[in-house]
Amino acid sequence: MAIDQLSVFVENRPGKLVEVVEAIGAAGVDLRALSIADTADFGVLRVIVDNPDKALRTLTEAGYVVKINQVLPVSIDDTPGALGKALRVLSDAGVDVEYLYAFVAHGENKAFVIVRVEDNDKAEAALTKSGIAIATDREIYKM
Amino acid sequence: MAKYFHEHEETMSLDEMRALQSVRLVETVQHVYKNVPYYRDLMDKKGVAPGDIKSIDDLSKLPFISKDDLRDAYPYGMLAVPLEDCVRIQSTSGTTGRRVVAFYTQGDVDLWDECCARAIVAAGGTNKDVVHVSYGYGLFTGGPGLNGGSHKVGSLTLPMSSGNTERQIQFMVDLESTILCCTPSYAAFLAETIHETGQRGDIKLKAGIFGAEAWSEEMRRHIEQRLGIKAYDIYGLTEISGPGVSFECEEQTGMHVNEDHFIPEIINPVTGEVLPDGEKGELVFTSISKKAFPLLRYRTRDICVLSRKECSCGRTLIKMAKPMGRSDDMLIIRGVNVFPSQIETVLINCGFEANYQLIVDRVNYSDTLEVRVEITPEMFSDKVRKMEGLDNEVEGKLKSMLGIQANVTLVAPKSITRSEGKAVRVIDNRGGKL
Repeated sequence: MAIDQLSVFVENRPGKLVEVVEAIGAAGVDLRALSIADTADFGVLRVIVDNPDKALRTLTEAGYVVKINQVLPVSIDDTPGALGKALRVLSDAGVDVEYLYAFVAHGENKAFVIVRVEDNDKAEAALTKSGIAIATDREIYKM
Repeated sequence: MAKYFHEHEETMSLDEMRALQSVRLVETVQHVYKNVPYYRDLMDKKGVAPGDIKSIDDLSKLPFISKDDLRDAYPYGMLAVPLEDCVRIQSTSGTTGRRVVAFYTQGDVDLWDECCARAIVAAGGTNKDVVHVSYGYGLFTGGPGLNGGSHKVGSLTLPMSSGNTERQIQFMVDLESTILCCTPSYAAFLAETIHETGQRGDIKLKAGIFGAEAWSEEMRRHIEQRLGIKAYDIYGLTEISGPGVSFECEEQTGMHVNEDHFIPEIINPVTGEVLPDGEKGELVFTSISKKAFPLLRYRTRDICVLSRKECSCGRTLIKMAKPMGRSDDMLIIRGVNVFPSQIETVLINCGFEANYQLIVDRVNYSDTLEVRVEITPEMFSDKVRKMEGLDNEVEGKLKSMLGIQANVTLVAPKSITRSEGKAVRVIDNRGGKL
């Protein structure tokens, strides 16, 4: 099932990123996963948090430009070739991946790949059919 | 409701106007020749005697004067009456060099105020209106001019001056301001704030009179839409009096020049040749009613066009197009003339608001132009590709509009300092760099 991801516009200037991260922390919201895409002028910070609504409220009130959109948390084995297998499934199904980032769950022999695609349902169907699981929001938030 | 403040002057026939202008021009030339040695020298040098000026047809015989002349003559060199007859000075911002100080007799102040009153009436103002003046007061002519005009109309005048936006909106709501007078950039900022605080439904504005800055049609529509008002342009310069040299009517297709007091001409800026109506060139004004500081053929450095096309408002006063920008605002980047208003047009057409700043620099002997513009929440996307696409789109449109490459930097909302008077749109760091 697709889960919420927050994206934040961050100017590419010293101290800007830390301000955002501190604001999230001060609100008592826990970061689960994070990635930054950057250009010469600005970056887009993407985060998965345990309380997306609260994070959205906090950052919007602080004047940030924030958006929530849906991404797929794909659960794969932490073994060589597992990511390749999942991406092959998507590629064969004709699903373009806009971007992705991954993190390893501690204690378990598992990794999660956050995948951003246009059509979450189509991607989810293809992956499930090939025996690749999609994590639930609860699974991700309680980590 | 009166449609005109001075119906006779605003609607007289061209023949009547030229007769009036001729009488006043002849008087003014004699007045300055007699009382201003600086003018006497200029005219003598050009071989023109006061007697050579018999009507408006002889206007082109007179020498031009420029801002440099005013600086040379600072402070009293252009004064045409004894100082004891003067009651007021106003001054330019002095950002482009030494300040210019203009003097006014009580009659000059009245005349200026009446010009502003014409503008307010043209914007639908009556004595039942509440005129909210958020131009700066003081040496700057914006506040005093509209303040005086509003008094002449008999409107309740709120001398707000600039700044303290929260208080501006409070007064606007509590006292039910109906006509807002300020710079367009401040109007846009007020509109933005009113929206954010959800007070759009509490304001009673119906019109705005915005000037002292070059602004685009796109910005006009943006402000009109945001505030639910009709936005009127007004033009003026301290050297000639202040705001109200020309003003817009409901047709919004150029500004009627108060030509019974200020004769406009368009000249070729290189040769000084007078151009026919409809041709683009430098705007020149001759003030023919003022006593303390009358200027003959003053070169404004504004580039624009004059038109005698009939106006649906009934005014016969000649119209001037919105200047593309004061040539003081014009940037020369890699040899190309660039007006900030052109860049503003592109930005607003691409969905941005008028929150931008231009940074000009020189790197490796070549000029660079950076356009910093605030993104709106609606255009933000988690996809960098999309954001870069937006960036490239703006750069492409700027390239085709200006003919030069600009580097567009998207910045966060509210990160560009808001102005309360004239917006600081341009930061030129080239000074002294090779």
